[in-house]
Amino acid sequence: MIYDIEYETMPREALEAIQFRRLKATIDRGYASVPFYRKQFEAAGITPGAIQSLKDLQKLPFTTKQDLRDNYPFGMFAVPMENVVRIHASSGTTGQPTVVGYTARDVDTWACLMARSLMAGGATRGDMIHNAYGYGLFTGGLGAHYGAEKLGASVIPVSGGNTKRQVVIMKDFGPTILTATPSYALHLAEVADEMGVSFRDLKFKYGIFGAEPWSESMRGDIEEKLGLVAVDIYGLSEVIGPGVAMECYEAKKGLHIFEDHFIPEIIDPETGEVLPYGETGELVFTSITKEAFPVIRYRTRDITSLNPEPCICGRTMVRMNKVSGRSDDMLIIRGVNVFPSQIESVLMEMQNVEPHYQLVVDREGSLDILTVMVEVSESMFSDEVKTLQTMEKEITKNIKDYLGVSAKVKLVEPKVIARSQGKAVRVIDNRKI
Amino acid sequence: MKAEQISVFLENKAGRLCEVTGVLAEAQVNIRALALADTSDFGVLRLIVDDTEKAKGALKKAGFTVGKTNVLAVEVPDRPGGLHDILNLLQSSGINVEYMYAFVQQSGSNAVMIFRFDNTDNALKVMQANGLRVIDGKTLYGM
Repeated sequence: MIYDIEYETMPREALEAIQFRRLKATIDRGYASVPFYRKQFEAAGITPGAIQSLKDLQKLPFTTKQDLRDNYPFGMFAVPMENVVRIHASSGTTGQPTVVGYTARDVDTWACLMARSLMAGGATRGDMIHNAYGYGLFTGGLGAHYGAEKLGASVIPVSGGNTKRQVVIMKDFGPTILTATPSYALHLAEVADEMGVSFRDLKFKYGIFGAEPWSESMRGDIEEKLGLVAVDIYGLSEVIGPGVAMECYEAKKGLHIFEDHFIPEIIDPETGEVLPYGETGELVFTSITKEAFPVIRYRTRDITSLNPEPCICGRTMVRMNKVSGRSDDMLIIRGVNVFPSQIESVLMEMQNVEPHYQLVVDREGSLDILTVMVEVSESMFSDEVKTLQTMEKEITKNIKDYLGVSAKVKLVEPKVIARSQGKAVRVIDNRKI
Repeated sequence: MKAEQISVFLENKAGRLCEVTGVLAEAQVNIRALALADTSDFGVLRLIVDDTEKAKGALKKAGFTVGKTNVLAVEVPDRPGGLHDILNLLQSSGINVEYMYAFVQQSGSNAVMIFRFDNTDNALKVMQANGLRVIDGKTLYGM
């Protein structure tokens, strides 16, 4: 079923006319009200008047995560704070998370996009949605929540964690739709199994999973263990949150990008050159309806390709393939974004600890396990085992406090961490995704 | 009266201890006593050697993290209750033993134990005030 049949099935020409009108408005407003964009445009020698077609978007400079950090906290906002009704932020360490804002209209736009997404994923009015995305600064929980209410479904705002209680709720309330990260969905199934509850006997029909990369084989695994149809959702807080693109349950083959709100481009991450449909590169988004936090050519660092072929579901919007990797060193651990540099600053802030470290990521069962190997330098070494163990615990706690992710800290001998061409190998990802 | 002990950080994996002994053999350092404390992930090797500086230098050069600590080598009467009397004395004086291990050689008819205290100076005073024999470093390394 299609939530917004007029827009989601719009012929290409009509869609492009709307896109161009909205793009012009976004660029005019970004230039007028965000000093960063004005400076960017001026440095590139471009005025908003130079944008005469959709293709002219390519003339504009990119926006990066670093740009957002440089303008922490509210420098990228395009409206006065009295018009902002919601603030979200991505994980950050002591320094700079990325902060995003929403006007009342943005919140409504987002709710509509999530309603579209939920319906594309099989949900409808009368469904009960078990929403296990985290509520809080993370956009996942509230994003799905507002979409569910907009759709008219019943939503259980269970959030993440407290897994046994979740299983009891699933058994007693009988929700029909599960929204969660794919790894947490599998974890739920494992815990249910330990509790003697058969997931397949629950009432779930569809599961809408996202916020971390997952493979086709993981989809098969989830569908088998949970007894539901698993579909993929994509989004990032910088663009709006979840609901930027959504797979339809009919095809389960790529995610429809809601192009009446976001213009996607695929670029070569090295040269910045725009690549044609079908070619793999870095995904770039320009928001064309957002008021509080417009982004112009925002580099997501996600690697994928676009597929313009018509889809059996009837939607005319282009599909992005499953994200296959990153063009930076960001890791997603159980749905939490982790940059090695964040771990580094946690270590740097500790007395005696030197930032010689390596991150090893494994998947045990369905959960991501992050191990932080820290080289023992002379300044942190002690002949007493308990001092070293205290240090391990302290590092673990600081990582948890700053990044919100549980890690196993392991002290290692110096020079154990492989250094290639003088540069330490910071990340070893053993997950087979 | 204190003796020097070196400590080495070791990961719990096959062959590491052997590498330490190899480095020391190469440097012509004689190990006088040793104790290993370990967890599931790592261990700390403590050593009394005949030439502390030489051993430390050689191990550091081989890439190990090495520390140096002061310990006390105390003569323990070789009879039932010999060690107990000493620990009892320390206990009543409020001195904590962080860890201890045995030295290989005897001193006359007495055994020798290596003690690591939280407060070495205090411990030394208490020992001496109670007539216990603490062996100084130089004597110990050559025993």
